Amino acid sequence: MTNPSCLELPARLNSVAFFEQIRKLCQNGYSPMTLFGSKNRQLFCLLHQGAELKLLNGDFPSTLSFPSLSPQFPSFQILERELYEEQGLVPIGHPWLKPVRHPRGDIYEGYEFFASQSSALHEVGVGPVHAGVIEPGHFRFTCRGEIVEYLEIQLGYQHRGIIRIFEQDDIRDKVSLAECIAGDTAIGHALAYCGIVEALTATPPLGVRIRIIALELERIAMHLAVLSALAGDVAYLLGQNLLAALRTEVINTTLSICGSRFGKRWLCPGGVNYGIPMALAQGIVSNLKKTQNRIRLSCEAMLSEPSVLSRFDDTGKVTAPIASEYGFTGIVAKAAGLKLDSRVDFPLYPQIDFIPCTECSGDVYARAQLRYLEIMQSFDILFMLLKEPLDTKPLSQKPKEIKPDSLAISIVEGYRGRILHLAKTAGDGSTEFYRIVDPSLVNWQALAIAVRGEGISDFPLCNKSFDLSYCGSDL
Amino acid sequence: MFELLKARILHGYQAIPDPLKAKINQAFPGVPRLSAGADLAALAKCCPVNAISDSGLDLGRCIFCGKCQRLDPEAVSFEADFRLAADSREKLIIRPGQQDYPETSIQTRLPRQFRRSFALRNVSAAGCNACELELGACSNVNFDMGRYGIEVVASPRHADALILTGPISQNMEAALYSTWDAIPGPRFLILSGACAISGGIFAESDKIRRSFASKLTVTLYIPGCPAHPLSIIHGLVTLMRGR
Ligand code: SF4
Ligand code: SF4
Repeated sequence: MTNPSCLELPARLNSVAFFEQIRKLCQNGYSPMTLFGSKNRQLFCLLHQGAELKLLNGDFPSTLSFPSLSPQFPSFQILERELYEEQGLVPIGHPWLKPVRHPRGDIYEGYEFFASQSSALHEVGVGPVHAGVIEPGHFRFTCRGEIVEYLEIQLGYQHRGIIRIFEQDDIRDKVSLAECIAGDTAIGHALAYCGIVEALTATPPLGVRIRIIALELERIAMHLAVLSALAGDVAYLLGQNLLAALRTEVINTTLSICGSRFGKRWLCPGGVNYGIPMALAQGIVSNLKKTQNRIRLSCEAMLSEPSVLSRFDDTGKVTAPIASEYGFTGIVAKAAGLKLDSRVDFPLYPQIDFIPCTECSGDVYARAQLRYLEIMQSFDILFMLLKEPLDTKPLSQKPKEIKPDSLAISIVEGYRGRILHLAKTAGDGSTEFYRIVDPSLVNWQALAIAVRGEGISDFPLCNKSFDLSYCGSDL
Repeated sequence: MFELLKARILHGYQAIPDPLKAKINQAFPGVPRLSAGADLAALAKCCPVNAISDSGLDLGRCIFCGKCQRLDPEAVSFEADFRLAADSREKLIIRPGQQDYPETSIQTRLPRQFRRSFALRNVSAAGCNACELELGACSNVNFDMGRYGIEVVASPRHADALILTGPISQNMEAALYSTWDAIPGPRFLILSGACAISGGIFAESDKIRRSFASKLTVTLYIPGCPAHPLSIIHGLVTLMRGR
């Protein structure tokens, strides 16, 4: 399929056939990307196997319940919990139907955390307000001495009800909102959103190469932020400072083009707001070449430093079978050896011959090393794209009329992994639903699995190596 | 080993010599200027956050998306001036023809004991994480706000001020109040970013609860989406020691 694009709405199945069909596809190697209900009581499920997409449409079960898929396919665990919370449909047999976002407020009311009666175990609760300058979330550890036996992650504190705002008014005017889904992925989400509008209005975008530059700059900057923080977590202070300063250079490059260090205001449906004049492009290339060299030196030094490796190696493991069973995406999956990258399966700019980087050990080291490899690869892409003039006018074209009764999907490989946006218009062109799936939503479970058996003091390190978004999953 | 030495040497000295007088890239949208005859009604229509009204452009709402400027560059421009912070909500409204911002934007002074040391506790409440990243960046080698004695502390017990980022979700409200209650007096409230000041792009959401920010006395407002580290540092230092 071309990405983004409008999908043909499949024939609507009755609810039994709908879930049966999902089960069948999953037995044949498909994995779910999203599952949700719309306001007019229809179910939608999008699955994929590699680049092959399958969209299913079904009726709400009249009993408002259905047999849970999660026991057999754990990748549904959070999707079914979402469905339950949003639509009240009960997945019978779900192992643990705990809240996701508490849309009705009162985050603790009536909710029991997982607890053990054993006198050998104790609990440690952290958050929602954390010690550093980070987003809120609650972590509940069950420990045997220093060892974490079990971690329960309870999020929802960042729930802003974004979806509702997307569904109000004209869908073409929401780019600023898309940039604020997760500010660290402003480009990734804005790009996915722009794709939706362009598919729904049949407007081919201009400035595609500039968009790819924006996306790769964001990837480099955020991977550097993570690597810097990882260095800080193992008290490798020189690395922390070198890499933080290098990130500054990259985001200041973004600022020099569009005015924002996060690439906000850069993209718009139909193209981009800011081009890159040749003189600026040349300056950027020569600066970034120096930056790249310093990143290489700093990362090579850090990732071969024994005191760093002794903390990174074998810590916080997520193996390939676990990653594919749970449907993890992005860095988590690639670090475990899965070749999962939307830039291959759903390319936005197919002219780039792209081979995804992977690692195999699935530990903190693999995720750090992979980020470094991806940074270097993104630089190659940047230098290739920056060679040609990039400020041809016009930079964008106004999106045309919205097609009624259409369903669009748009996929972007953000720095964390696969970002999926999905929207459907009603007969009058208004937005029937808008869905956003940040890779963090599913990947939080990876963190919970990775820390089992680790020392609790390694938690910050594990957490940072995944670097998941709170607001991206609480929306 | 050699890589590290080389990286360290190439790194050189990264700190901005004087963050208060730093030169920022010309592309940065900072202090806005509205021309005297600006057609405010037309501009108001294009703004995604209702920042523009009859009275002018509200820096507390503006997310610096640049839409108004692209629509009518004669009427609106943004200077590459990061000195955006102000000590009252009214001052954040830039009137047509107004040229004196930021001369009198911060006249409040903290009591003497905070002139050389000011400890902040951040509460992140349902923004987009960009404001948090920028507040974090204030402590990095480039901006190094520690040089002014400003630090971000882990415990509210050690804090002099709460710096809020984000529009405050229903789910974060209780934790925010508890953190505030845990800060010993005298204590100050600082709002960083459009979300914290006005709800920003999320102002219309029914999942947002603004009572905390509207009930309490606010000492400093730092506009931006996100607030730039230089805006944050300029605001805080001016509050501590005057200009
Ligand atoms: S730059 Fe500010 S005032 Fe202008 S349209 Fe954007 S949000 Fe509104
Ligand atoms: S003000 Fe803007 S950057 Fe800051 S948290 Fe809100 S949306 Fe994010």
